[in-house]
Amino acid sequence: MLRRLVAATALGSAIALLFVSTTTAQTNYKVPRLADGHPDFQGFWNNTTYTPLERPKGIDREFFTREEVVEQMKRAAVDEAEQTTPGTVADVHYDFTQFGLDRSQAPLSVNLRTSLIVDPPDGHFPPMTDEGKRLNAARAEARKRAGAITDAAQNQPLSVRCILMDRDGPPMLAGAYNNNYQIVQAPDTVMILVEMLHSPRIIPTNGRPALPASIRQIEGNSRGRWDGDTLVIETTNFTDMFMFAFQGASADMKLTERFTRVSDDTLTYRFTVNDPKVWTRPWTAEVPWKKGVGPIFEHACHEGNYSLTNLLRGAREDEKRAREKKPASN
Amino acid sequence: MKHWVGRACIVAVSAIAVLSLAAPPAYGQARPYRAPRTADGKPNLSGVYQAISEAYWDIEPHSAAPGQVRELGASNAVPGGLGITDGPLPYKPEALAKKRENFAKRITLDPEIKCYLPGTPRGMYMPYPFQIIQTPAYIMIVSSYARAVRTIYMTDQKEAPADSWMGWSNGHWEGETLVIDTTGFNDQSWFDRAGNFHSDQLHVVERITAADADHLSYEATIEDPQTFTRPWKIALPIYRRVEKNAQLLEFNCVPFVEDLIYGSLRKPSSN
Repeated sequence: MLRRLVAATALGSAIALLFVSTTTAQTNYKVPRLADGHPDFQGFWNNTTYTPLERPKGIDREFFTREEVVEQMKRAAVDEAEQTTPGTVADVHYDFTQFGLDRSQAPLSVNLRTSLIVDPPDGHFPPMTDEGKRLNAARAEARKRAGAITDAAQNQPLSVRCILMDRDGPPMLAGAYNNNYQIVQAPDTVMILVEMLHSPRIIPTNGRPALPASIRQIEGNSRGRWDGDTLVIETTNFTDMFMFAFQGASADMKLTERFTRVSDDTLTYRFTVNDPKVWTRPWTAEVPWKKGVGPIFEHACHEGNYSLTNLLRGAREDEKRAREKKPASN
Repeated sequence: MKHWVGRACIVAVSAIAVLSLAAPPAYGQARPYRAPRTADGKPNLSGVYQAISEAYWDIEPHSAAPGQVRELGASNAVPGGLGITDGPLPYKPEALAKKRENFAKRITLDPEIKCYLPGTPRGMYMPYPFQIIQTPAYIMIVSSYARAVRTIYMTDQKEAPADSWMGWSNGHWEGETLVIDTTGFNDQSWFDRAGNFHSDQLHVVERITAADADHLSYEATIEDPQTFTRPWKIALPIYRRVEKNAQLLEFNCVPFVEDLIYGSLRKPSSN
């Protein structure tokens, strides 16, 4: 335990240093370029953050002070190091710090923002439309009708089923761990390999027309273009086949992601969700991606999904025991 | 000089003749093709490709046969195929017994049925398109099937750090040919739907060459001393998807197999 606290304190200091280096903006930064003249974003990146998507209740500022952020991150690092009790089953299975999976050990995307949402300026989702409310009420109703979350595999979130990490979207947001990405740029194609679920996003940048509206995909259909030195990716053709959609969006969501390299070790990732069916106005979030460490290993989630099997089996076993315990009522 | 050139030609011609004799099913190329170059001067193999072959049913020569699901009738029956191997697979006796058992139980054991990653080389000749995204340091081979991703390390090469389904691939160029050396496999993937299998000692060396503007010649040497008595080879052409808008569409098959894998664990009263 002591060792972990020491480690966490050391991490706290490392965070402070990292923080200073990220805020010393490279104002005269000259972005490296590829043979075709476009900025070079290639390499391994990590978008781990402690900043919530929506501004927490009780905070009405856009930014924290530097001292506040350093203090928060130190505290978070200590909390993560203490999340399990050594020698317990939980410790064996879920001690992220042991495997370097906790956020404090990742190349952190530090920023002073109180929320990733930058627009609306209050850091909150815009109000939902009536249609959006109806759509999400219908989804909630469908979930309820489907029964308890342990009744069937299909009642579980997509991440537990190894279909899509809800956070990876697109848009790509950080989860608790494995927030690693590799970008490769070939002429006419940018590929972003998302570590979680070995999800390959292949983005043509050659003006290829979008798919017909009748083709729907879980991760949508992405098209890229360059706006000066910014890579702009527009994604449409999302599916409505799941009960768990990105933050309540509809299948008609149009997502615009923008990547800009602002320093040697930072990409600014900014995305706008435009879904007039669900929200009264578009909303935008921004998070820095830090230079990460490669390589990315194969994340064969579905192939090793013992947890879903065990979770369902456990629920059936509980029901069986409950039936056996209960005295016959008739 | 003239004499030397003449002799070199004879040697080259004989080498080609020997290769053609030794090669599995012929798709010979009369004259060498020089592929268009990338910015760094390498043959440009980028594009969307797909094998046209019955090898995904069985990499060995096989007759047409009924399918495994009665209700699907002819739509799931097995078309005959000439095979892509260089002879009967040199299984060790106990491995051959396992192959036969795999075949007999293929409807429950074939990892493809469960939407598991296809492994290498199986992912290269399944009936799904794959895309090669080529950069100097990394060549990505992405299959539409199960979103299988292979990263070919062209510069930052190291030994496989852990076992995986698709293996750990280091690549280099030999003239027109991309040579990929892959190790670090687990023992879970198969070569086809007929139960041909390997152990975690599998070592695959692939040679991929643009044979003309629209097709690749693909060869792979398979080595697995735990399963086979000697190395063996497969070879087949792989075709460019020449449709103007050719692209990988999502085939995230996990939701398609949930009833199959988890259906027996569903709460009996639930829908």
